Amino acid sequence: MQLAVNILVLTAIYALIACGYVLIYRVSRVLNLAHGELMMLSAYLLLWTASLFAGHPLVAIAAALGLSALVGALVYLFLLRKLTGEMALAAVLTTVALGVLLRGATVLVWSAQQQYPAQPLGASNSTLALPGGARISVWAALLVATTLVVYAGLFAFLRLGRWGMRMRAAGQNPLLAAQRGINLHAIYALAWSLSTLTGALAGILMALDSGLSQTMAIIGLKAFPAALVGGLDSLAGALLGALMVAATEVMLIHYVDPLLSEVVPFLLLIVVLMLRPWGLFGTREELDRV
Amino acid sequence: MSRRARASGYFRSSYGEDLTLLPTRLERWAAVGLLVALLGLPLVASPFLIDLTAQVFLAVIGALALMLLTGYAGQVSLGHAGLLAAGAFTVGILFKEFKAPFFLTLPAAAAVGALLGVVFGLPSLRVRGLYLAVSTLALNFLIAYLGGEYETRRGFSTGIVVDPPSLAGHSLTNPKAWYLVLLAAAVLTLLLSANLLRARSGRAWAAIRANETVAETLGIGVASYKLLAFVLSSALTAVAGALFAYWRGFVSVEAFSLFLSIQYVAMIIIGGMGSLAGAILGAVFVTLFPYAIEAGLSTLARGTAYAGVLFAVNAAAFGAVMIAFLLLEPQGLIGLWRRLATYFLLWPFRHRPLGGARR
Repeated sequence: MQLAVNILVLTAIYALIACGYVLIYRVSRVLNLAHGELMMLSAYLLLWTASLFAGHPLVAIAAALGLSALVGALVYLFLLRKLTGEMALAAVLTTVALGVLLRGATVLVWSAQQQYPAQPLGASNSTLALPGGARISVWAALLVATTLVVYAGLFAFLRLGRWGMRMRAAGQNPLLAAQRGINLHAIYALAWSLSTLTGALAGILMALDSGLSQTMAIIGLKAFPAALVGGLDSLAGALLGALMVAATEVMLIHYVDPLLSEVVPFLLLIVVLMLRPWGLFGTREELDRV
Repeated sequence: MSRRARASGYFRSSYGEDLTLLPTRLERWAAVGLLVALLGLPLVASPFLIDLTAQVFLAVIGALALMLLTGYAGQVSLGHAGLLAAGAFTVGILFKEFKAPFFLTLPAAAAVGALLGVVFGLPSLRVRGLYLAVSTLALNFLIAYLGGEYETRRGFSTGIVVDPPSLAGHSLTNPKAWYLVLLAAAVLTLLLSANLLRARSGRAWAAIRANETVAETLGIGVASYKLLAFVLSSALTAVAGALFAYWRGFVSVEAFSLFLSIQYVAMIIIGGMGSLAGAILGAVFVTLFPYAIEAGLSTLARGTAYAGVLFAVNAAAFGAVMIAFLLLEPQGLIGLWRRLATYFLLWPFRHRPLGGARR
């Protein structure tokens, strides 16, 4: 039972992170390899807002989320916008470089030690007992709930709203979308902002649950296989991919070898790339475009 | 033609001339002068400088190999550190388990590298661009895991100590001797790369890089030439890794992180894609960069404890420089140099005549 809960929590973490990769890729065909670092930055931003608004956890979290969304938009406006129309690879390498930069910068500002933003906020972390003898921490439960809400919200946003429709249009055919008067730069900036926001939710909840250090960026990178297994341009795929990656990882760690934790997602990634490179729900023609 | 200091355009008129590596007298003398200077360096340089130059030579081998693959054949790899690790671990494992001498371990490392090249290259037959980069990234993690697993299983959790290579009772321990060995290896790699590029393989890679469909239509075996690029590049890289293992006398999985892969990619970007000279410039730049940062920090913050943040400053500055090159100078250092050279070659004119020069 505890195993099932562990799988559920890890699925929620991976899914919440993976939807950031999917959003950006689906809209602008850019793979954001700095997603993990941006997520980590958001968690560190919470550390800062927590010291500003000590005692008001909700205000601090809202401020950190707002700042993160802003950071996402700024990253697009100042870095990726200049690379529109260039080789897709240049954009990816730029995000890799951004990741290196952010890792260095966060250590410089906040030091490399493990930190706990829950302390200045005065937020406690109790565990809930579930039927079947399993336990789950409050923050982890909140993370699972958040993931569900975020996915429901994203589906609704992309299906129903005007901006969601514009986003899908920009993803399908940027040229035609631009011809119809859609402001592509605004759409891309929005996608980056939303992606960083969802990443920030994941980063902040994880930091509140179990503390914050440089290893968070690696968790972000490990969520990438989840996005790819499901298909890089499919939100539903990211959810299923997260479940597959999380289940395989937890099972293998439990029954075979804890050291495997670092590689399981990437093993799965290689298998999927060999058998079905466009992922479970991805569009097949995508492959020739990149 | 050889009277000119430097050709102002593309004047080669026969196939034989087209194969010339150094067409003008100035270029030949410059190459000889550089080689003599490099050979003479250990006579005058401090041990630190010799060590630094040896590092640069190793980086040059790796960067040249990656340049063949990415800059010429157009196949992206984010798993270069994994290949270096494979070469180093081949040496480490063969040495620890079988006491194998270097004339066995080095070819073995090359063979392991070639085999891994096939493994790295197989995804490239199905996927391109981003997806290929991601699959090499995944293989990087996989190799690092296998190396780490070997270390813990056999009880070398801090790393494997490798004795220096020895032949007939003489072992290679002198840093100056190492300097010469690594210099020779780097020069050999450069010549090999240049040779590959002016032959059929180089033309095939250029065609594949430009457009795979057209290359296939021209009768180029796209799959086999892609695999060839992966195999050669990986074998060279693995040998660089093996040399690294012997030179440092120590193999540990810590040394081959994702950051190292990023550094190698940065070398070919900062140096300039599609140029062997660019790979060398990039390798020099990226290898010396942390030392420059350290020197800069120690002069700026004299007396204060900067050692703790050195790695962070280094990473942040490195990321910033990489972004700056990607955004502002995608042609890299070699692009800067070419623009400068063109300016002086064409002076007082600003532009080349239409339809003329190739470079």
